[in-house]
Amino acid sequence: MSDRLLVSTRKGLIVFERDGAGWRLAATAFAGVAVTATAADPRDGAIYVALKHGHFGPKVHRSDDGERTFTEIGAPAFPQDAAGKPAVFQYWTLETGGPHHPDRLWMGCIPAGLFRSEDRGATWQFVEALWNVPGRDKWFGGGYDDVGIHSLSPDPRDPGRLVLAISCAGVWDTRDDGASWSLIGKGQLATFMPPDQQDKLDAQDPHRVVRCAVAPDTMWMQHHCGAYRSGDAGATWTRIRPPGDDFGFAVAVHPRDPDTAWLVPAMKDELRMPRDGAMYVHRTSDGGASWQALRQGLPQRDAFDLVYRHGLDVDDSGSRLAMGSTTGALWVSDDGGDGWQLVNAHLPPIYALRFG
Amino acid sequence: MARIHFTTWLRSVVPDGPVVAAGGTVGDALDTLFIDRPHVRGYVLDEQGRLRKHVCIFADGARLPREAALTHPIGPDSELHVMQALSGG
Repeated sequence: MSDRLLVSTRKGLIVFERDGAGWRLAATAFAGVAVTATAADPRDGAIYVALKHGHFGPKVHRSDDGERTFTEIGAPAFPQDAAGKPAVFQYWTLETGGPHHPDRLWMGCIPAGLFRSEDRGATWQFVEALWNVPGRDKWFGGGYDDVGIHSLSPDPRDPGRLVLAISCAGVWDTRDDGASWSLIGKGQLATFMPPDQQDKLDAQDPHRVVRCAVAPDTMWMQHHCGAYRSGDAGATWTRIRPPGDDFGFAVAVHPRDPDTAWLVPAMKDELRMPRDGAMYVHRTSDGGASWQALRQGLPQRDAFDLVYRHGLDVDDSGSRLAMGSTTGALWVSDDGGDGWQLVNAHLPPIYALRFG
Repeated sequence: MARIHFTTWLRSVVPDGPVVAAGGTVGDALDTLFIDRPHVRGYVLDEQGRLRKHVCIFADGARLPREAALTHPIGPDSELHVMQALSGG
């Protein structure tokens, strides 16, 4: 199981490590600066951290010595001839390139620009083909003023394929390493749209899309309007109907079992808080046919915690999970969510976390 | 040449300020500075060359309107201050 946790907060990077005594705060970096995304690259041990300075713009740093020292690296930026003269507001998701591209990184941004680095973040290339797809003027922001890319999933079987998800512009697929893009994702339903437009693929708000490591055609989605599962790498989606609330942001899938997934329900969507102040995690182990509400160790009264879309992660074992909330609470489970341990209740608002 | 002072928030980026730079406008002086210190540019301007939304510049004691800041004329003895705007939190 993974013993290190990178927590992206409103007030910097906070690293927790587990030793014989349990989880302890091991390091902090970028104190006072919002951290919006991290990536830990198992191929070379590098840690990447995306920052959003309140005044001075988004930046990226890399550590090659654990989290002891960081060096500022290239900052993905729109070219001056990009249509609309955009500027990056926020880096929203940062992913390593998958097994076929050892030095590659992907960065998804608000506005919805996609960038790729082939040199460990020293330089970045703008993926112009996605920015220039017809109909982009119809996209709209979800939670932010501008549209944003929040989920990036390279296909581990194919160096040219990648699926990404955009709030709000649905799910997109490339099969030629970003040279061209297809809007996919039939089956989603956006009930925030007028009735005759609810099935439009580019009007969907997939809050988060994740892929099973051993069964890459299986993807899970927490959508603005419910939970979905795909068995064909995002081409089509089937609505899953867990009992109770099916609004939320985060979803995780077991890396070795495509039928096991976790959601963090909240009351939809004008409230966005736990129902009756009681938090739980929803788990299915049979592809969504049945669900267990996992409450042990989570607050069951007076809780206002909301877990953002990158605030839930499962490690490579599939047994250890971590979850962080906007209220600054961090929990870890070692038994697939059956029980949760509160690691710290007093962190800054947590935007994202991941093992690594 | 104008002297450009930077907020202490940018001490890690400009550790040796104030910096002297030539130019007939605020934008010209900053461009001169960015030639030797390209790294500073992204902290003051966005990638389209616009002054960042939550950066403010004072020239000779006057806070400059954001849209007009870079074209504001300056003299050889001007004192510029590049500060964080409190609108940015």
